[in-house]
Amino acid sequence: MSADIAVLGAGMHPWGKWGRSFVEYGRAAARSALADAGLDWTAVQSIVGANTVRSGYPGYVAGATFARALGWQGARVTSVYAACASGAQAIGAARAQILAGLADVVLVVGADAAPKGFFAPAGGDRPDDPDWLRFRVLGATNPAYFALYARRRMALHGDTPEDFAQVKVKNAAAGLLNPYARYRKQVTAEEVAASAVVADPLRLLDICATSDGGAALVLTSMEFARARGVADPVRIRAVSTVTPGYPRTVLDLPDIATDSARAVAPSAGSFRSSIARAAYEEAGLGPEDLSLAEVYDLSTALELEWYEDIGLCGEGEGAKLVREGATALGGRIPVNTSGGLASFGEAVPAQAIAQVCELTWQLRGTAGERQVPGARAGITANQGLFGHGSAVVAVR
Amino acid sequence: MARTRTPVVSGWFTEDAPDGGGFRLLGTRCSACTAVFFPREDTYCRNPHCPGGGELAEVPLSPRGRVWSYTDGRYRPPAPYVSDPAVPWEPYTLVAVELEAEGMVVLGQAAPGVGVADLAVGMEVEVVGGVLNEEAGTAEASGAPGASGTVWTTWQFRPVGGAE
Repeated sequence: MSADIAVLGAGMHPWGKWGRSFVEYGRAAARSALADAGLDWTAVQSIVGANTVRSGYPGYVAGATFARALGWQGARVTSVYAACASGAQAIGAARAQILAGLADVVLVVGADAAPKGFFAPAGGDRPDDPDWLRFRVLGATNPAYFALYARRRMALHGDTPEDFAQVKVKNAAAGLLNPYARYRKQVTAEEVAASAVVADPLRLLDICATSDGGAALVLTSMEFARARGVADPVRIRAVSTVTPGYPRTVLDLPDIATDSARAVAPSAGSFRSSIARAAYEEAGLGPEDLSLAEVYDLSTALELEWYEDIGLCGEGEGAKLVREGATALGGRIPVNTSGGLASFGEAVPAQAIAQVCELTWQLRGTAGERQVPGARAGITANQGLFGHGSAVVAVR
Repeated sequence: MARTRTPVVSGWFTEDAPDGGGFRLLGTRCSACTAVFFPREDTYCRNPHCPGGGELAEVPLSPRGRVWSYTDGRYRPPAPYVSDPAVPWEPYTLVAVELEAEGMVVLGQAAPGVGVADLAVGMEVEVVGGVLNEEAGTAEASGAPGASGTVWTTWQFRPVGGAE
């Protein structure tokens, strides 16, 4: 168990397809988070940028790019890339600096201007790159992997496409109440069922879109927060960043095959479950202590898997949870109260930061119509290409 | 001039396995810990419990396995997948297969004519050679009749004993 840090500010740029540069979204989110914290940018001692890799050269040096856009002021700077886990690793880097005493005030920023349609690997012939190979050799898009998991859930646990659709219906209902969400309208199960099949059994409305967007956090030491007169801030209690164990036996993006399970017996539990487990251990709490959770609903079916992986129910019981309404607003343990990626879409370096923005607002009690009454603890969970897994636990 | 048959990735499969088994996927096996890798790992063993000092030798993988899961691609994938934008998109099927001896799941396209309706989780399938795409040579591209160019070969899965 390690020490807490404080979340003094949270901010976003609304998500959508705005056609502008990621720098603009990141700057707007940063200024919003600074205003929320009541701090001037010149008070920030360190800036951590979550990298985007599809927005040209500045995307690879996101920390300095955002610092330049906000105005050079000499802050310590860090840029991190971990695919979909980039935002969580940026928070992890900021926390490490604060706990090490390198900085009292750190600004974390993630933003992206995502292309339309399927994500694709960077250009050029790169036969040594697994991400390039899975497209060239198999044509396997991200939704293809999501569909493999969905089909397997149907075979193993008896999940149905109707169960999957309920996740979209639930997340759309929450996103409707979130001013930062891209999609703000109710969706019915019939609309999900009527949308085109992308990768059997998943339909268009089962799969999250790509979006532009930005999110930012102002993180500080507990001492700094108290000195500013914030006696009871939202606290980050854990940031897990784990890699899988060998042998990895679940086919994951962007791999073409799993490890062989013959030389070494697989350990109990999945990679995804180890992400949450590490965070719970660090935070000294468990799923029974949660008021809410934000998980990566890249597909509706995948959200059901996360219920099991973060310990809200046993293996194979995810569909039962959504059927009961337990994970909807007003339910026993609401999941994706922000509306999730179903309502936001993917803006890769921003989305894990956006999850923590939602926890912050919920734990402060300022989430408006989507407020979980008396929220005291929440977890986020996400996973990035090439074996990146992260989760954040925040408490009040 | 005949079209040249070229594996889409070299060294991942053979049409003529050394044990006389015909088409097979090729992996590598660590002599120190018996771990098997596909796609082949030729530089170092990735088993963290490996005592070390072993060598990675090429090994043909199981010709059969059981379906772990499957799906299809109803929309044209982006490059570097090769497809002709002038030709209407024909969905292809993807199958993830748990190989018998190695206990690993390998993803591959299904053989032509095998759709999601022909598959089920747990069904036995076999690996076969197939064609990923064909590229016309310069003579053909300039309008001259002929058959120069490249046939990109790959591995495919199909149900054992039927469905083609």
